[in-house]
Amino acid sequence: MNLKPWIAIAAISLSGAAFAQDSSSLSVEGEALLTETAAPEHMENVDTIYSGWRFRSGETQALQTDDFDNPAMIFVDKGIDLWAKVDGTEGKSCSSCHEDVADFAGLRTTLPRVEDAGLVTMENLVNECRTERMGAEAWKYSKGNMTAMTALIGLQSRGMAMNVAIDGDAAPFWEKGKELYYTRVGQLDMSCSNCHEDNYGTMIRADHLSQGQINGFPTYRLKNAKLNSIHGRFKGCMKNIRATPFAEGGEEFKALELYLASRGEGLVVETPSVRN
Amino acid sequence: MKNVLGAAIFAALIATTASAEDVKPMEVAFVDGTVEVSLTGKAGDAAEGRKVFANRKQGNCLACHTNADLSEESFHGEVGPPMDGVAGRWSEAELRGIVTNSKMMFEGTIMPAFYKDTGYTRPLDDFAGKSILTAQQVEDVVAYLMTLKEE
Ligand code: HEC
Ligand code: HEC
Repeated sequence: MNLKPWIAIAAISLSGAAFAQDSSSLSVEGEALLTETAAPEHMENVDTIYSGWRFRSGETQALQTDDFDNPAMIFVDKGIDLWAKVDGTEGKSCSSCHEDVADFAGLRTTLPRVEDAGLVTMENLVNECRTERMGAEAWKYSKGNMTAMTALIGLQSRGMAMNVAIDGDAAPFWEKGKELYYTRVGQLDMSCSNCHEDNYGTMIRADHLSQGQINGFPTYRLKNAKLNSIHGRFKGCMKNIRATPFAEGGEEFKALELYLASRGEGLVVETPSVRN
Repeated sequence: MKNVLGAAIFAALIATTASAEDVKPMEVAFVDGTVEVSLTGKAGDAAEGRKVFANRKQGNCLACHTNADLSEESFHGEVGPPMDGVAGRWSEAELRGIVTNSKMMFEGTIMPAFYKDTGYTRPLDDFAGKSILTAQQVEDVVAYLMTLKEE
């Protein structure tokens, strides 16, 4: 819990007012999903980590508990179509090489990861298949085809714990991500940590601040009625503090993604989640 | 028609003259986090300050502070302390210091500096080289905060 002295007082006087994360437990399609666990050792300032689901309103939460109600599932269906669709000069679809998308169970939990001395995200892996093996054009990093596919692939890991490698050759990327997380940027001069570490659980105007976890991405947002990528969310948060965002798919955001993934270690994949 | 135009130009002239006399953001003199003299050389307008406090594109102070005086506005944030009775806790010079650059008073605070135009990392182009509020708006907000007394 993260209570400020002035909120503790408000919470007593306004009973029922939203403060800190709520105590609901998430079950999706009857399967219980862990939304709270002990923070990994490398996190210095937080004891317990929580899924962003715990900070949303009851109505928004409910949309994620049933795949029939989950508006993101329309896009997962689109991903299933794309999976089987032949594209590019080689006359192949994803399914030409990968028998069953279910074989990707577990992949979401380990990304981003280091390959050939560089950090790769799920988007990078998808585009590598498209350009290198299918002879097809790369999809735009955060556009509809890509988020549909990353939602479909991510869904295969639903319920599995996040577990990215941060040591060995991943260490320098992780360090860089950590530095970005704590660097103040923009005219409002804030870092990710100012909101998501120091103030999670509190209201910032109409928004209930979460820990900024990424275990539910891509996430369907009621605000824009589509799937939103991890880097798209980073970009949005940077613009809100009047900072020039880094490029989606660029080195900075990939490093930040690795760092955030590691801050969610032990939380389970909720892809595709629903947020406001 | 002609008169209206004339008045508009006259008003514009006054505005520019006034801002030329403002203390520039990087020239504000802080003493222990406080700023003694008005940034515009004049008293602010509390009614305008009340608007700046709530306006999402200006102070957006409500993003972080609850304020019973603005109960008609929905969604008061709770990142910072409530503003009720703030004039009883801080002097005008202290409030001016806090609004101008709260980091001079509260080390490492999340609260933005509202009258500072340099030293930012990666500001969006539209905001580069600019302060969030003008000197006039800071004075208006300070005048408004001075009205928030515990009844
Ligand atoms: C001014 C406050 C603020 C800052 C600074 C900020 N964010 Fe956010 N962020 C929000 C708000 C508000 C939301 C929506 C509610 C929530 O989930 O916290 C959000 C949501 C998120 C989410 C989605 C969480 C989910 O469960 O869907 C992620 C991820 C995120 N932020 C990452 C970041 C990163 C990375 C940075 C730094 C580059 C950052 N944020 C900086 C306010 C901020
Ligand atoms: C992003 C959050 C945020 C915004 C926006 C913000 N503040 Fe603050 N403010 C804080 C925090 C947090 C504190 C407490 C100081 C600390 O410990 O960091 C504070 C402290 C104060 C105090 C001292 C209050 C007391 O009782 O000690 C005043 C006065 C104040 N703010 C006024 C304003 C005004 C006026 C604005 C807008 C022009 C504003 N704040 C915008 C976060 C914010």
